[in-house]
This record gives sequence, C-alpha cells and structure tokens, in this order.
Amino acid sequence: MKLTDMTAYELSQALEKMEISSVEATQAYLEAIEEKDGETAAYLTVTREIALAAAEKVDERRAAGEILHPLAGVPGAIKDNICTKGVKTTCASKMLGNFIPPYDAAVMERLQERQMVMLGKTNMDEFAMGSTTENSFYKVTRNPRDPSRVPGGSSGGSAAAVGANEAAYALGSDTGGSIRQPAAFCGVVGMKPTYGLVSRYGLIAFASSLDQIGPLTRDVRDNAMVLTAIAGHDKRDATSVDRTYGDFAEGIEGGVRGMKIALPQEYFGEGLSPEIRDAILAVAKAYRSLGAEIEEVSMKSLGHALPAYYILSSAEASSNLARFDGVKYGFRAENYESIDDLYKNTRSEGFGPEVKRRIMLGSFALSSGYYDAYYKKALQARTLIVEDMNRVFRSCDMILSPVAPTTAYRIGEKVSDPLSMYLGDVYTVPVNMAGVPALSLPCGEDKEGLPIGMQLIGPAFSERKLYQAGYALEMWRKGEKK
Amino acid sequence: MSTVYEMVIGLEVHVELKTKTKIFCGCSTAFGAAPNTQCCPVCMGMPGTLPVLNEQVVEYAVKAGLATHCTIARYSKEDRKNYFYPDLPKAYQISQYDLPLCEHGWLDIQTKAGEKRIGITRIHIEEDAGKLIHTASGGTLCDYNRCGVPLIEIVSEPDIRSAEEAVAYVQKLRAIMLYTGVSDCKMQEGSLRCDVNLSVRKRGEKAFGTRTEMKNLNSFQFIQKAITYEYKRQVEALEAGEKIVQETRRFDEKTGKTFSMRRKENANDYRYFPDPDLVPIVLSDTTIARLEGEIPILPDERKAAYLERFGLTAADAEALVSQREIADYFEAAAAHSKGVKNLAHLITSEVFRLLPVGETRIPIAPAHLGRIADLLEEGRINSGTGKRLIQALWEEDQDPEALAEREGLWQQSDEGVLRPLVEQALIENEKSVSDYKNGKRQAIQPLIGQVLKKTAGKGNPVVIRRLLEELLQ
Repeated sequence: MKLTDMTAYELSQALEKMEISSVEATQAYLEAIEEKDGETAAYLTVTREIALAAAEKVDERRAAGEILHPLAGVPGAIKDNICTKGVKTTCASKMLGNFIPPYDAAVMERLQERQMVMLGKTNMDEFAMGSTTENSFYKVTRNPRDPSRVPGGSSGGSAAAVGANEAAYALGSDTGGSIRQPAAFCGVVGMKPTYGLVSRYGLIAFASSLDQIGPLTRDVRDNAMVLTAIAGHDKRDATSVDRTYGDFAEGIEGGVRGMKIALPQEYFGEGLSPEIRDAILAVAKAYRSLGAEIEEVSMKSLGHALPAYYILSSAEASSNLARFDGVKYGFRAENYESIDDLYKNTRSEGFGPEVKRRIMLGSFALSSGYYDAYYKKALQARTLIVEDMNRVFRSCDMILSPVAPTTAYRIGEKVSDPLSMYLGDVYTVPVNMAGVPALSLPCGEDKEGLPIGMQLIGPAFSERKLYQAGYALEMWRKGEKK
Repeated sequence: MSTVYEMVIGLEVHVELKTKTKIFCGCSTAFGAAPNTQCCPVCMGMPGTLPVLNEQVVEYAVKAGLATHCTIARYSKEDRKNYFYPDLPKAYQISQYDLPLCEHGWLDIQTKAGEKRIGITRIHIEEDAGKLIHTASGGTLCDYNRCGVPLIEIVSEPDIRSAEEAVAYVQKLRAIMLYTGVSDCKMQEGSLRCDVNLSVRKRGEKAFGTRTEMKNLNSFQFIQKAITYEYKRQVEALEAGEKIVQETRRFDEKTGKTFSMRRKENANDYRYFPDPDLVPIVLSDTTIARLEGEIPILPDERKAAYLERFGLTAADAEALVSQREIADYFEAAAAHSKGVKNLAHLITSEVFRLLPVGETRIPIAPAHLGRIADLLEEGRINSGTGKRLIQALWEEDQDPEALAEREGLWQQSDEGVLRPLVEQALIENEKSVSDYKNGKRQAIQPLIGQVLKKTAGKGNPVVIRRLLEELLQ
C-alpha cells in the first residue's frame, strides 16, 4: 500500500512500531502534493522545510525511546484561516496576502505539542464565505473525484487535500456547513463539533457565534483521533466550554443497537436530488437492520434557518471584517488622499465580491431602523431552532439528514447565482444555529460517480455517539461492498 | 447670564479604572510607557484574537455605581459599537448599549446657592481607544498602549444649570471615585475626562434646545471656560435668529472659544449589537453585598457627620472630605482633640498651604496636630505660634507641647508684662497713633503687630488690642 493511501490511524500505528519513519511519510506526501496539486490546487502554501524538520524531530525522539502522541509525525494540512505562527495566513484573500501571524492558533499549539507535521495551508473561499472555494482570490480548487467540479466550500482545499491523498488529515472551519459540505462533495469525513468544544482563538473570525474548527479525514476513526487532539478548554476564548473530553474514539465500535434516529420530514421535501434522498433513506434502512429505531419527526423551525443564518452570519461578519482597514497589517491601497480614502480604497481593492456582498448585507441588517426587523428577528428565529432541536433530542439520540441538496456542482455553475448557492446550505446551517455537533460522511455515489454525503446531528457534546453511528455505517458499507 | 435663557447641561465623564491589566487582555495599564510597548495581539485587534473580560473591571464599576446610589444590573451584556478610526484597531469598541451595569443614581453638590442633587442616568464599562499623535509634517502616529484600558462612562441627567454646578459635580464625582479606589482620577493624565453636552432654552420652557458636545475638557478651569463661552455663543446665535447645529465642538484653550469640528461625527450609525465573543455578565446578590462592604464611608456621609458632630462650617467640611486621605487624617486627629473646629481650620489653611499639589501625605502625626489645636483652644498659644509650630513639625515631627516649652512659645497674656511694651509701641509709632486718633480704626493693626514683635510673636493679640484701645483713648 502506498504510504499516502494509509489512513491517519494506520500511519500512526506504523510510525509507532517504527515500520516507517515520519520523514518517509512526509516525503511521500510532499511528492504527492508536487505531483497532483498542480491540478487539484488544494494548497496555497506548502511548508516543505517546516514539515521535514518536524518529521526529523519526531523520528529522533522515537528513536530515543520516547512514547509519542498518536498524531506525532502524521502529516496534516491546515485551512488558511487558522493562524500559524511565522507562516503566511491569508484567508484566501488579497487583504491578507502578506499577513504572517506572530502567534499560533490554540489548535495549532495543541497540534504542535503533539508533534504534528504541517504540510501546508489549504485553499478556501475568501474569509470562509462561500460553498465552492471559487471565491478564493488565489486559485480554484478542483474536486479530486472530478476535476471539472468544485470541492465544495469553504474548506474546499482541506477536503480536496484529504480526498486526493495529499494529506493524512486536515483542519477546516464550519460556520454554516463549510466542513460538512466539502466533505460530502469530496467523499471524505468531516465533523463540526459542539460550539465551544474547540477553541476559536487564532481562527480568523467570520461569524463568531457560529464558527467552529473541525477535522476532515479519510474515515471516522481518524476524525475522532484528530478531534481528541484539538478539543479542550482555552482561557483565551470566552466562549470555550470548561470541560474535559477524553478520547472521542472510545466506544467507537459500539454500534447503533437501541439508538433512536430521527428523520425530519422538512428535510426531504422539494429541492433535494432524488438520488440523495434515496441514499439517505437507504442509510436509514441500514441503521434499522443494525438495530436502531428510525422515527419521522417534524421540525417546523428549520424553514427559518437559512434566511436567519444569512442575516446573523453576515451581520457578525460585517463587524469582524471591519478591522481589515489597511492601517496596521495586510493589504493597503497605493493611492489615497485621506484616511477615508485609505479605508475605501483598501477595502474595495482588498476584498472580493462575495465578501463585499455579505458585509453590505450585514451592515444593512444591523443598521438603525432595520435592526429589529432583521437582526433581532433572526436571533428570535435562532431560539426557535434551538428549542426544536432540544425537543427532538429529548426522544431521539440523533438526526439523520442529507448534507446538501445536490452533489458537487461544475466549476463556474454557481458563480453568477449566489442566491442559489446560498440555498445549498439549507441542511447544514440549522446545526450551527443551534450550536450542536454534526458529522458528515460518505454514504454512496450518484450515477456520475460523485460522492453523496450523509449528516448525523446530535445534541451538544454527543460527538462520541455520532462517531459510533458513523463508524457503524462505515463498517456496514464495507461489508456491503464485499 | 441671560435672564431669558437658561443653560441645560449633561455631563459624560470617562474614568479610567486602575486595574493592573486591561479590560480584555493581560497588558499593563501603567501610564507613561514608550509607545506601543504595552499592547498584544488581543488589544491590537489582530486577526483571530478574542477578548476575555477582566472581572476586576466589573467589580470596580459596580463599586462606582454603589457609591453613586445606582441600581446594579443583575444581568447585563457587552455590545459592539462599530465605527472606523485609526485609534480603534478592531473598528469597533466593546461597550454596553442597552443593558448597562448601573442605572438611576445621583450625587449631591454644594454651590453658593446651596445643595443640589444631580441625577446619574447610567454607568457602563467599555474599552479605551489608542492615542493619535499628529506630527508637524502632517502625518499621524498611532500609539496603541491605551487601547483596551478599562473605562467607566458616567452619564449625568441634564440637571446641571451653570458652570459652577458642572465643576462642583465633576469635583464631587472625582472625590467619590477616589474614595472607592477605582481610579486615580488624574485629569492631566487623562484618567478622568469630561465631555459637556450643552443646550439653552427660554426659562420656563420644558422642551430641550439643540445641544452641542464639547469633548475631553481636562481641567476644571477649561470646563468652566468652555461652558461660559458656549452658552454665550448659543444665546447670541438664537437671539440673532440662527439655529443651533447639533455637533461636536472643540474647545481651544488659548482663545477660550469653541470651534466646530469639521469631521462629520454625527453621521455615524454605530450598528450596536451584542458582542458574540463575550458571555453575559451575571451578578449575584452576594457579590454585590461584598462589594458594598468594601466601599469606605463616602464624602457626603462624612461631611454630614462632621457638620453634626463637630459643628464645622460647610466650606471646611467640604474641603476636608474632598480627599479621602485628608478626611482619614482629620478623623484620626479629631480623636485626640477637643478643639476640633480649630483643627479643621488648621488643616484647611496652614496644612493645605504646606502640602505640595497632588500630595495627601501629612508629615505630622495626627495626635500632634490635635494637640496644637487644643493648645490654641486653651489659649496657651496664639494663631501665629500655632503656624510656627506646624511649620516646625512639618520639618521634624515631634511633641508640640515639649517644643513650645523648650522654645518658650507660650502665649503671653500677663498685662503686667504687656502694658510697658504697648506703651513703648505707642511712643515708637507716632503715625499710626495719630492715624487712629483721626478716625482710621485699622491703624490699630500695625500697632498690634509691633507689640507682637516685641513679644517675639507670643503676645496675646486680644489682650494687646484691649490695652491699645485703652491707652489710645
């Protein structure tokens, strides 16, 4: 088996047994990137020297007899909105084209403590706004399963890197589906954790009350392994929950017997591709055969989620992105006569169209005279979604749903129709609105061979159970293939 | 002041809280550091950084609210105030919008017209912005040391009707803040800043006129001058048929005038919304009770006690309570003294004269000053000697009675001793004698002075005067 074909877990085991060295694994991945990334374009920055130096250190310490963390020496990729000390962090924007953070994000600190090997920073939609990664200022990432198609977004680079075997795992961020949808489009596993589980310190903010960092991996066990490494309380993030979590892979082979899984009828209406609907229903049937109970539920608030999400996230983004003004760091326009000019020109030239669209939308929603009608209403809708979720979770362990209404679009298909692109988030945004965790994993393919993803949504801090159910489905599919 | 128009003033006072570190990060708040040496990625608003609330800031703000009789909110939150300016790194200021920590308070002021109560609408916490330094070459330098220093904004009701009241209000507010220990209130360092909102209206009218705002007046003198000028300007404008423009005006210290600031500050829609990076502030009754217990007895309560217990004048009492250390000293000295009225007067005259500006440490033991007051009361020394003793003890603190004994400073009241000296003075000062006899009664003063000289300052002035009057008839 090629080194780059191994899952992170398999690689970790092999490294631990010293069957291969981290330097070998890292070199294999760097070669894969060189070979494929010209077409895939998953990476914005490849940190070759840093990766090899880290790998060398790991090998040295292992040779000296040290017991290292499971992720030590396993090469991963980091989405380019996560601050990496000394390494360019651009958010795929012209605005931060030259920004080198003098600090590591909290998740990077945790991974460095565990001797990660960082292969590089991955492409994304600019400032995480988008669902196709076409909004990147720098390049368009291609879906590894079909290069004429998008990898999804905004963590398209991370999903593509994992899907193309150009990284053993990757970190992404999810505000309205940005980990789960690209995972579904590229046929990999993505988890958006409970809000507050992973520190947001060092994640360049899009929408503060919705953002979370999560792993993208080849399979469910890998995902649990990476989440275990990055989860935990951080004093520097006031929204970080003060809890300890242990190993998320604990009990992963427990199966789904006795679990109650809900199917929200509002999710299976108009707009959903029939192939995807069939694939999800087939998953429900599989779960039934494995001993779970499937229950149809109604969640009326879900219809409000999408418009409320776009108001809230744009409003928060309009404020979070105001700091990009050309004064202290990042891009600054060349021509200006006054401070107002400096602001206007820098932001006009530095931001792409989708970012501008959302800043304007968000500023409008917060403006005097409109705050009550839009922002406040959206907050109220959010409470309804939280209550709806809580109600369902009182009787069910988790919700099963599609991730996206279609499989991967063709590159260029949605560029002139942002609204229809927004509609693609309909199944993922309620999760961020409620702050609950959700796992996206492959459950089939459409007739063109494009991956179909399924979503498991659970109550707060139920990641272990979601992994358990995801793993059960994975094993079932492996069995079916034989 | 015009008899037709009255001025209506509301004050917004920003007070820097003297916590060790900033409101949302661990940087030092110390004044006077070299530019950009007390900042970090958080207070610089660098991408990916997050604020974490310094709990001591909340405690200090609550104390300020309790000390001004405010209702303390059990649940409040922080909101973002969004606007663009180079001294604001995040392009928003974290403040409080509709749920401030403290509301509906008041304080009492003393002016020539008597006592008046000024309402306090609200007190909320917020972060300070950086400093902009405009250079001669036309550029602007940004110093972010001050970014994130914790502030409370204290908003008064528009109850103030004169420059005198405004100054009295700020002085009282400052004294209260000093007592609670939440700030060092140094106006010259900017840890207390005053914005004045002023409008005028015809006396008897209920509706408010259009107001202008004058920001960052950093001395009592400037507050008074700015108000006086702006009132006059608005009255003259209205009488000439003009309309008052709602705007921010800059007070020019050199000319004493206010000028319109060209920047369109009022065009800002701050788009306030709750800051999603911070959790709500929830205060328990226990916490509030504990903070209440940590507040010392405040100026007005002490003043009332001094008037009642000691029968001091309002002016002396007000002067004593203006600084907590002075009031503490006075109370300590009064505990050892019977002549408390004398004591109060000695402090507000001689001690204040000797105290360097801004200093509150008195190098004389309270008991010693109390003794001097008593010696005066007992008539064993005169006021001139009292002054001498204080000055001597200022240099080297010691038992004043022992010193008086050693130096022979006791008041000389023996007529037998004084009479010949009075007679001599009359012989030596013919001009004063004839002036007095010609009706200039004040001419007795220099004669008293001459006799005192002969007694090396120890003569009893009352006896001397009586003897002089007797002999001058």
